[in-house]
Amino acid sequence: MVVDQGPVEHADRLFHALADATRREIVALTLTGEHSVSELARRFPMSFAAVQKHVAVLEGAGLVTKRRQGREQRVRGNADALREVHRLLDELAALWRGRIDRMAAILAEPDPFDSDPSDSDMAGSDRAGSDTASSDTADGRPADNERADGEERRA
Amino acid sequence: MTVIDVKKDPEALSLAISSRFEAPPQRVWRIWADPRQLERWWGPPTYPATVVDHDLAPGGSVTYFMTGPEGDKHYGWWRVRTVDVPHRLEFEDGFADDSGRPNLDLPTTIVRVQLTADGESATVMTIESTFPSSEAMEQMVSMGMVEGMSEALGQIEALLAGAPA
Repeated sequence: MVVDQGPVEHADRLFHALADATRREIVALTLTGEHSVSELARRFPMSFAAVQKHVAVLEGAGLVTKRRQGREQRVRGNADALREVHRLLDELAALWRGRIDRMAAILAEPDPFDSDPSDSDMAGSDRAGSDTASSDTADGRPADNERADGEERRA
Repeated sequence: MTVIDVKKDPEALSLAISSRFEAPPQRVWRIWADPRQLERWWGPPTYPATVVDHDLAPGGSVTYFMTGPEGDKHYGWWRVRTVDVPHRLEFEDGFADDSGRPNLDLPTTIVRVQLTADGESATVMTIESTFPSSEAMEQMVSMGMVEGMSEALGQIEALLAGAPA
């Protein structure tokens, strides 16, 4: 696919960083206020070194920033990086919005399979509702023209 | 607007998008169940899809390729997990190599589709896409970028402008 490597690699780091529950919690905590690594270590049932490692992953993904204050390392969440995750999910939403808009355009047309008996085989034998059967016949129309139309579009 | 709700869950790497169509679930189901209709909406106009196999039954598979502006072909597949006509469809969505064989080195996505009747003649469709890994997300993002960059946007806007509010 036609894609710039840079942003994708960055996205990869972002999602990898957020794939861990502890790291997500660290991001949440440090977005509302700065915390030292030792403060964070006290909140989680793990060693200082383990928490430090998680913070390093988050720092690598740009989700938190670290600064030294005296003997402490202070960690602060980076709201911009989280916005980036949202932006990427927005891209995915755009993909589906495109598909849904195309679906709507198709659904606005007469249904080419409305009066095609083979369709019920394809749709499955356990078709349950009688609720839908009536509407199938209500706007039923000759299938052949519609099918030819569909083939043309495909070509 | 067709799309009525978009829920992003950055922590779960998932997206749920709901839309409403003026058609009963049985009709909406067919845009998934009929390969000729499916290939008209799956790919953006610049990457139209051609469905090769289409077996919409649990354990069945759908295979397709999308053809790019340079004639480049991108193969993909679904492995169908759950089918409850005309209400529920769940499948794994993956990439394939140039001969159409599933490429299991590349990540997959789980797509859950739910169709709920809204009154007599309308349907609310909810699609939930879950990304099992950052790699899967990366792939889907790259596809989103293809869609974003394509002239599809212009066509979508034209469609929206012409659609009743």
